[in-house]
Amino acid sequence: MHSFTKDQSPWIPNGPAGVMSLLRPLLLDVVPTIQQTAALALGRLANYNDDLAEAVVKGDILPQLVYSLAEQNRFYKKAAAFVLRAVGKHSPQLAQAIVDCGALDTLVICLEDFDPGVKEAAAWALGYIARHNAELSQAVVDAGAVPLLVLCIQEPEIALKRIAASALSDISKHSPELAQTVVDAGAIAHLAQMILNPDSKLKRQVLSALSQIAKHSVDLAEMVVEAEIFPVVLTCLKDKDEYVKKNASTLIREIAKHTPELSQLIVNAGGVAAVIDCIGSCKGNIRLPGIMMLGYVAAHSENLAMAVIISKGVPQLSVCLSEEPEDHIKAAAAWALGQIGRHTPEHARAVAVTNTLPVLLSLYMSTESSEDLQVKSKKAIKNILQKCTYLPALEPFLYDAPPNILKHVVGQFSKVLPHDSKARRLFVTSGGLKKVQEIKAEPGSLLQEYINSINNCYPEEIVRYYSPGYSDTLLQRVDSYQPLTN
Amino acid sequence: MATLARLQARSTFVAHQYYYRNSVVDVFRKKEYDAAVKIQSWFRGCQVRAYIRYLHRIATVIQKWWRGYSGREEYRLLVKFASCAMKMNFYNAMAVRIQRRWRGYRIRKYCFNYFYLKEYLRAVSETNDAIREALEEFAEMKEREEKKADLEREEKERDYQARKMHYLLSTKQIPGIYNSPFRKDPDPWELRLQKAKPLTSQRSKVKDKHWVSPNSWLECTSARSFPRSEVLPPIDRKQCQGPFRDITEVLEQRYKPLEPTLRVAEPINELNVAREEFRRQEWMRNVNDNMFLPFSTYHKNKKYTPLMHSSSKYGPNSYGSRHFRDENPKKWICDKDFQTVLPSFDLFSKYGKLYSKAGQII
Repeated sequence: MHSFTKDQSPWIPNGPAGVMSLLRPLLLDVVPTIQQTAALALGRLANYNDDLAEAVVKGDILPQLVYSLAEQNRFYKKAAAFVLRAVGKHSPQLAQAIVDCGALDTLVICLEDFDPGVKEAAAWALGYIARHNAELSQAVVDAGAVPLLVLCIQEPEIALKRIAASALSDISKHSPELAQTVVDAGAIAHLAQMILNPDSKLKRQVLSALSQIAKHSVDLAEMVVEAEIFPVVLTCLKDKDEYVKKNASTLIREIAKHTPELSQLIVNAGGVAAVIDCIGSCKGNIRLPGIMMLGYVAAHSENLAMAVIISKGVPQLSVCLSEEPEDHIKAAAAWALGQIGRHTPEHARAVAVTNTLPVLLSLYMSTESSEDLQVKSKKAIKNILQKCTYLPALEPFLYDAPPNILKHVVGQFSKVLPHDSKARRLFVTSGGLKKVQEIKAEPGSLLQEYINSINNCYPEEIVRYYSPGYSDTLLQRVDSYQPLTN
Repeated sequence: MATLARLQARSTFVAHQYYYRNSVVDVFRKKEYDAAVKIQSWFRGCQVRAYIRYLHRIATVIQKWWRGYSGREEYRLLVKFASCAMKMNFYNAMAVRIQRRWRGYRIRKYCFNYFYLKEYLRAVSETNDAIREALEEFAEMKEREEKKADLEREEKERDYQARKMHYLLSTKQIPGIYNSPFRKDPDPWELRLQKAKPLTSQRSKVKDKHWVSPNSWLECTSARSFPRSEVLPPIDRKQCQGPFRDITEVLEQRYKPLEPTLRVAEPINELNVAREEFRRQEWMRNVNDNMFLPFSTYHKNKKYTPLMHSSSKYGPNSYGSRHFRDENPKKWICDKDFQTVLPSFDLFSKYGKLYSKAGQII
């Protein structure tokens, strides 16, 4: 019967309560193997469906499990921890039910067991419980799990290390206090050592744990950096596994976003080049943390933005902007480009030469873009245009920009043209002056002032020549001309 | 009366003549009068014009003088302002020069070092290149290692295959599969088969079987304790000839789970284990590991180690056991020796010499 239930776990029962009432007395059976199999069956049922997990909770099975967890052998402990994990993973309420029946203390005792399988099952259960919200995490920490998890990380078994790292990551992700508790247990040094491990799943979890710790505050980020993860973390950016790359770039992003000094550190260690190469080698959501990292670095100061530019970041970002199908990645790329280009004319020029401004404009104007994307591309265009003095990139804007952006474009022209004669000539020959004359602006508005200052750069007959309807006025003059009859 | 009548008849004529003669004179009178007036007026006009001309001339002189004066005043003012403006422009230009120099100096010295920035950016790009190279090398190394591991794995597999298919090797009489007589040279598999050692079935999987207690039923019935073949027998297999049992019966018997007897259910050295356990418990409570030996025969051969206080290099110190008096005679109170106040016990003079063995150490 037990092997039947074990093998038939995808079978949907028509009465979860009925199944529970069948399995519950088996948990109290004399023969230990029957107890273990019953526990295993319960675990598999709860794992499949959250209704079944609720039925497990309602059937008052958990207290019995918790009570016998303390005294049975390791197979039973593994099976019971499996049941707790399966119940706790579905929702915060179920996890709270597990905490309420006092399972945390027994799980923490299991963490001290000799058998690595028991430790793994207990750590897994604790991780799933702590994943949901900060209160549950705090409950797990109060039960004293964190030092034991740090000990588990040092064990030689890879699977145990993975699970312990993932549990620490789940605990520290909710709030800075929890992350501080994890750090106080000395986790950072061990996690930093494990970055060099060749197992990719372990690296995923370790990098995720470090990034969850570093994201909360400057002090925590500095402590992570002090563990000398640079430049070792950069080798993880070249890993075969996509998620290792993603978590490594997430870690670097979380460190870079706090202060300019941390960003400077990353730039000095060559992190920007590594991240740019990583962006180039991935597709889709994997790229997103790397793109955001470039944006954060460039946002702090203009020297850092210049460092991003000379590391050839801008062509890569414009490639991302044009070829990614998803809107949120495009929005991130637009934001990052805006942060790079907004500092000085040099930066704006570097962004404009790569022909990204028309792409940004089309994203802003297109009706298919999400609101977030439109807002971000508009801000990016505005920020870059306010500093852009590279006229060949501005000219296409005269033709297709909407009025609110046209104002900025014409403003930039009015700032550059009075001082540069070659630019004036080019402006005329390329048809820009003609286009400017055709713009209708309310008299007294800012746009009209800009247009006037552009017109003042040219002699009057040229301006009249290019104003619309000039051919008509010429023809009128022809009509009204009386030739001199001698 | 006649004259009166004559006069009256001529009155109208006279009246007309009178009128006519006066008026003729008047015509001329008017003409002459007008002429005289004209001449006079022309003359007066000339006088007045001359006077006015004179006045104009004088007024022009005054005005000329006045205009020149006011113009010169204006001009002086203009020149003053122009010279002021020129001076201010000059001063401004010079001040701009000074400020320009000062600003450049200040920025370069205190705020922003352009060359340092250029140097820094160059260093950053160099670091980037170095990191890129290092990462490329790292990736290449990983690739190479993976390829090597793959190749090795394939090699091992092929070796294993060759060992398993060793019987396909060609003999002197019969050419094997890979050594067809129609080929120019034998297939590379042939050479591999020649090099391979035949596979003995026991060598294939050697895993250390850790001892599992018969209590854990799950582990006992695992593949380790009852290895099953991977492949089930074909469905439509012909019945083997001969008086064989039904295959299902045989398999049932073969794979019957272990039902240990009560004797086997407990480990064979259970008693010893229990004793050991007990002994361990006792040992925990001992302070001293040495066994307590109660009788003197156990200590017979042990040499007595005297106290450090009362022994010296040359034998035990006699003070305190042999005599109790001070060595130095000057400290003695009287000459005579001490007298023992109490005689020795008579009881113990016969100690050990009587017949009875009561209280003696055996």
